[in-house]
Amino acid sequence: MESYIKTANMQAGYQKKVIIKDVNINIEKGQIITVIGPNGAGKSTILKSMARQLQLIGGSIYLDGKDIYNITASDLSKKMAIVFTERLKGDMMTCMDVVATGRYPYTGRFGTLSEEDNKIVNEAMELVNVSNLKDYDFDKISDGQRQRVMLARAICQEPEVIIMDEPTSFLDIKHKIEFMSLLQELRNKKELTVIMSVHELELAQRVSDKIVCLNGDTVDRIGTPDEIFVDGYIKNLFHIETGNFDEEDTCMELKKPEGMAETFVIAGGGKGRHIYRYLQRNNIPFITGIIYDNDLDYPVARALSSKVICEKAFEEVNEDKVNEAIRVLKDCKHVISCKESFGTFEKFNEEILTYAKGNGIKITIM
Amino acid sequence: MVDKRRRRYISAGVILIIGVITFFILNVCIGSINIPLNGVIKALSGGGEENYRLIIWDIRLPRTCAALILGGALALSGYLLQTFFHNPLAGPFVLGISSGAKMTVAIAMIYMMGRSIKMTSASLIIAGFVGAMLAMGFVLVMSDKVNSKSMLVVSGVMIGYICSAITDLIVNFADDADIVNLHNWSQGSFSGMTWEKVRVMTVVVLITAIVVFLLSKPLSAYQLGDVYAINSGVNIKKLRVLLVILSGILSACVVAFAGPISFIGIATPHLVKKLIKTSKPVIMIPFCFVGGSMFCMLCDLIARSLFSPSELSISTVTAILGAPVVLIILADKKRKL
Repeated sequence: MESYIKTANMQAGYQKKVIIKDVNINIEKGQIITVIGPNGAGKSTILKSMARQLQLIGGSIYLDGKDIYNITASDLSKKMAIVFTERLKGDMMTCMDVVATGRYPYTGRFGTLSEEDNKIVNEAMELVNVSNLKDYDFDKISDGQRQRVMLARAICQEPEVIIMDEPTSFLDIKHKIEFMSLLQELRNKKELTVIMSVHELELAQRVSDKIVCLNGDTVDRIGTPDEIFVDGYIKNLFHIETGNFDEEDTCMELKKPEGMAETFVIAGGGKGRHIYRYLQRNNIPFITGIIYDNDLDYPVARALSSKVICEKAFEEVNEDKVNEAIRVLKDCKHVISCKESFGTFEKFNEEILTYAKGNGIKITIM
Repeated sequence: MVDKRRRRYISAGVILIIGVITFFILNVCIGSINIPLNGVIKALSGGGEENYRLIIWDIRLPRTCAALILGGALALSGYLLQTFFHNPLAGPFVLGISSGAKMTVAIAMIYMMGRSIKMTSASLIIAGFVGAMLAMGFVLVMSDKVNSKSMLVVSGVMIGYICSAITDLIVNFADDADIVNLHNWSQGSFSGMTWEKVRVMTVVVLITAIVVFLLSKPLSAYQLGDVYAINSGVNIKKLRVLLVILSGILSACVVAFAGPISFIGIATPHLVKKLIKTSKPVIMIPFCFVGGSMFCMLCDLIARSLFSPSELSISTVTAILGAPVVLIILADKKRKL
């Protein structure tokens, strides 16, 4: 498929100082692209350059086959809308006034809105679900509401591309989901292309057709979510040293408790995660087992426990593992079990619990 | 909502126009000699008492017209500067632009008086424009260096002080006879207006105001901030240059004819905005102009008649009426300055 937006050896930055170099991205029409990367990696710089807000230092950007610097300002404004972190300065403007500013490229000499313009403004507000804010002062609404009004403004501009810098940062979870769903809807119905930076990796993983990962002063990797969320990559990209990030389920865990583990957690079936996190909050180091490596508990255990005794999925837990568990149990003063009685296929954990009971180790069922 | 707004604009417009007409009439009637309204009407139609005719035609009418036009020019130039800097405290006087113009106009006056060259209105406007641009240049440099809106105003006030000090220095070199004249003018005054001056200022101010009005669409996008203006397809560099030039012409014109006049430029846009409850340039520009006219005629009326026959400087009155407005803006906690 032919690319709709293409950057060729783009060098972007401020006042001749290159912040991000050699950017080569190909975007197809109707794709949702997210840009991720640590703070200061140049996410905003890339987006601003693509929106022609920042003069390129080198290379070029093509929109629909044309160099964007050869497109007139008014043509570009009909093709590309933005939602940036810069606050729109509205003085005595209602939300509807703000949305209506999106019609600017289409209105006449004095910017008077036609019947048609008003209809489009109303539809855009309806779509983003902000019609109820119509007559509210734009300066007096919440950040989340403001963000949605700004999206309505961008939609009103009837663009082919929307470029957004951290559009979801101020939104609560309900509105995050709505916002993303709306973008997908616009993509599906109008073939809208979306390029945005996000901080929420779980959102990036779910919504993106392609993810652009920035690191240092270069693009580190471009790929589908499956290609980006691979073991260890995100942890590396963001230089995560404290705590852990699990690429598979885009979950993060805080720092592992340090010290000699004297607590043993009997887990499995996703029932142990809450116990692990409880212990983490109380800074109690622990050992856990025996769990399968496809268990919901497993990634959390790996991130938080001093030692995980685990078995490959769909294999029988062999005697060695049980013995290993019992060996470490001998040094433990406390056993926390996620359940009192165990099913047919987890008798190994019952064995561990029975041993603990028989040896006078303190037992808590959680 | 739309209807409510339209009704507000219409009623505000009616209020302002009635105000302008009222103050115009009062300015013509009231003075060291009070002339009754029917006396004015007779004089205007060429009849009535001889000295009434002289007072009205030669003194009061040109003066009132000047207050009407220059008041509008001041308000508009204040509005442009406030828009340009995204700063509610901006105005030609506080940013030192009036003082810059005053300095160069004084230099031009002294130079021409010294060589007995006839001062034309055009040469004074040009001189004023040079000074206005000079001061504006410094303000622009400062606006790059300071990042708070109030510090920008402080810088402007400083630039104003420097220009005023230089003006005082230069005035020392003038002949004694000219100093009296210069002194009156440099304090701001509408006295001594002639029809010739009124004609020139009308042409200059009217043309400038029309150009400003034609820019109301890009101005509306510029108000939203650079990012959104660019995205709307506005060439902000070009617009900025235009704004500087237009506000400079307006301030220069005022200074050339009436000297520096404080606070009308800064206060009027706020008062008008409060009245019409919108910041849309297409509405604000004409309303600002009319509001400034009304404000200026009121101030001149007070300046002339409060301690008649002696006259106050116009800035004394504009400061008393305008400065509180600025204080209210400063006290408004919702604004981040």
